[in-house]
This record gives sequence, C-alpha cells and structure tokens, in this order.
Amino acid sequence: MTETLSSTPATLDRREAIGALLRARENTLVVTGLGSPSYDVHALGDRDDNYYLWGAMGSAALVGLGLAQAQPEKRVLVVTGDGEQLMAFGSLATIAVARPRNLAIAVIDNHHYGETGMQMSHTGHGIDLAKVAAASGFAEARTLHSLEEVEQAGETLKTPAEGPRLYVLKVTAENHPRSLPSRDAVFIKNRFRAHLGFAAE
Amino acid sequence: MQTTQTEDWPSAVYRTLKAAKVQQMAYVPDAGHSTLINLLNEDPQVATNVLTTEEEGIAISAGAWLGGQRNVLLMQSSGVGNCTNMLSLPAMARFPLLMLVTMRGEWAEFNPWQVPMSRATQPTLEAMGLRTLRVDKAEDMVETVEAAAALAYEADQQVAVLIGQRLLGKKKW
Repeated sequence: MTETLSSTPATLDRREAIGALLRARENTLVVTGLGSPSYDVHALGDRDDNYYLWGAMGSAALVGLGLAQAQPEKRVLVVTGDGEQLMAFGSLATIAVARPRNLAIAVIDNHHYGETGMQMSHTGHGIDLAKVAAASGFAEARTLHSLEEVEQAGETLKTPAEGPRLYVLKVTAENHPRSLPSRDAVFIKNRFRAHLGFAAE
Repeated sequence: MQTTQTEDWPSAVYRTLKAAKVQQMAYVPDAGHSTLINLLNEDPQVATNVLTTEEEGIAISAGAWLGGQRNVLLMQSSGVGNCTNMLSLPAMARFPLLMLVTMRGEWAEFNPWQVPMSRATQPTLEAMGLRTLRVDKAEDMVETVEAAAALAYEADQQVAVLIGQRLLGKKKW
C-alpha cells in the first residue's frame, strides 16, 4: 500500500463556482466536458456559444485548443472534470507546447468520478493538476478554494495571457440535479458555428 | 526512413492540402510523414500541434472546424488503435475529419509488433464509420488526397487515407 498524498480540501459548491467563473464571461466561447460540467454549464443558461460534449472522454481541452487556434481573437474557456483531465494528462503537454494565449481550462475537481459511482480519482489521492500544468509550461495554473478567487479568475479571462491558463476549482463531491443539453451533436455544432457566422452548408 | 521512391510525394501532398485550405495540422512524429510534417511546420499560415497520443488530434480537428478552420491529422497505423473511442466525436457531430495514415507492419516489415495493428487499421476505422482510401503508388497520391479532402471538408465525412508501406519503402537500419 502506497502512502496517500495529502490533498487540498474541496469545499466549493460546483454550480455556484462555475456561475462565479462565468459571471464575467461576456463573449467567451465555452466547451464543456462530458457529464456534470455539461449539465452545470447548461443549468446556468443554454447559449449558442456553448459546445457541450456528451462523450469522447478526454476531448474537451483539445477541442478547446483547436477552437482557440481557429479563433485567436476570441477567448475560449473549457469547463471539464478532474476525471476527464486526468485521462487526458498528455493534453496538458500538447496545449503547453501550442501556447495559445486565448485558452483557459477550468477543471471542476471533486476528487471523484461522479458519473460512475463516486470512486476516488487521482486528484483525491493527491495528484495536483495545477502543479502538473505549471510544470508543463502553462502561463498560469492555480488551485482555487473560494468563490472570490474563482470570480477573480473569471475576470482574468478577459485579457490575453502569455500562454494557456488552468484553474482547478475544488468543489464538494455531490451531484446536482441534471440539466441536460441537447444530445444532438450536429445541432449543437451547427448552432455554435452559426453563432460565429458560419452558415450550415 | 529512406524511401526507395525518387518522386517527392510529400511536397505534392503539401500543395494539395494547401489548395484544400487546410490551416491546422496535428501529428504524432512519424518517419513516413517527416517531410510533410516539416513542410507544414515551416508554413506560417498553418498552426501545427505535436501530440502526445493520436486521439488528441481527433479532438483538435473538431475544435478547428467549430472555429471555422480545416485540420489534417497525420499518424501511423499503430496510432489508429489509440483513436477508437475518440472517433465517436466526429461520428456523432458529423465533423469533417481527414487523416493521413502511413502503414506499418504490412510490407517488408522487420518489427513483428507492428503487424497486429496493421491488420486492424482498416477494420477499426471502418467500424467507427470512417471511409478509407488506400494509396499504394506515389502517382495516385494527389488525386486520392484531393478526393479525401473533398469528402471530408465539403461532404462532412470522416476519411482516412492509408498510405501503403510498399510506397513508403523499406525502413533502413
């Protein structure tokens, strides 16, 4: 049995925290990872410039990268969970190397796999995603414990950075009522592209 | 990798991708694609991403299209196996996807570990709904990539061009 690493406390309410993060969103394009991050962002208000993922676990941050590169004048925010970001550990290296100035990743970290029975995740065992991102070369990588810190992080999204940002929001492990976005991925895609001015051809 | 071909197919493919308005490229380092990777990396009009694993490129490609750009993904046949679940994303959202896949394990291969995935490459892609187009002669390359790019970007299809190992030439050690 290996020694369990110490983990920072997780006390934020996830919907409140995401609400605080999105408060200063304005025209930021948002991509959400499958499961609760999609439900949370949807619960806070369905919008044409939300791109919800319902599967393809591990894809959220990288969809954000491709989008950020294609839309360098816009800000892009990815909202995903600790489980998905742990699965896509390597994506932090890929994004760090790509160095987009308009991409931020918010990891909603409840230390657990909430969709599959609340098994403890690696962050619950002490893996620190902000440190991993910082070591990978992210311009900014912080763990946030209070709503004030989260709101301040949301404000920083308005300004370009030297490179990608990552915020870990430490939230309590609980599932809120599901607020389900459309599962029609073609519809969500075309709505998002229409928002950017691309006709559905 | 040394190729036994004298014809410079990577340059022709590069021009074909440029003509198809490709603005992003994602790749896993690969000897068969090395010339094409260099050409795209040196092009200031193309944003390139080096990946830690192939499926990352499926997601980046989707994000590129969401933002109005066309991405091409370069990998080796061994990497196709890493992509299987991620191919749900373009399948469900009907995102265009163009992959150029160099084959290993099928012609004059010295490494037996490349063989199982070479056998599984085309069936795996087709099981996930991709159209596969094979190229075994350098002179067919441009026409095939042109057709694949049209299918992908204009008809919203997911397409993989499989570049035969015989065309790439025997790996020299």
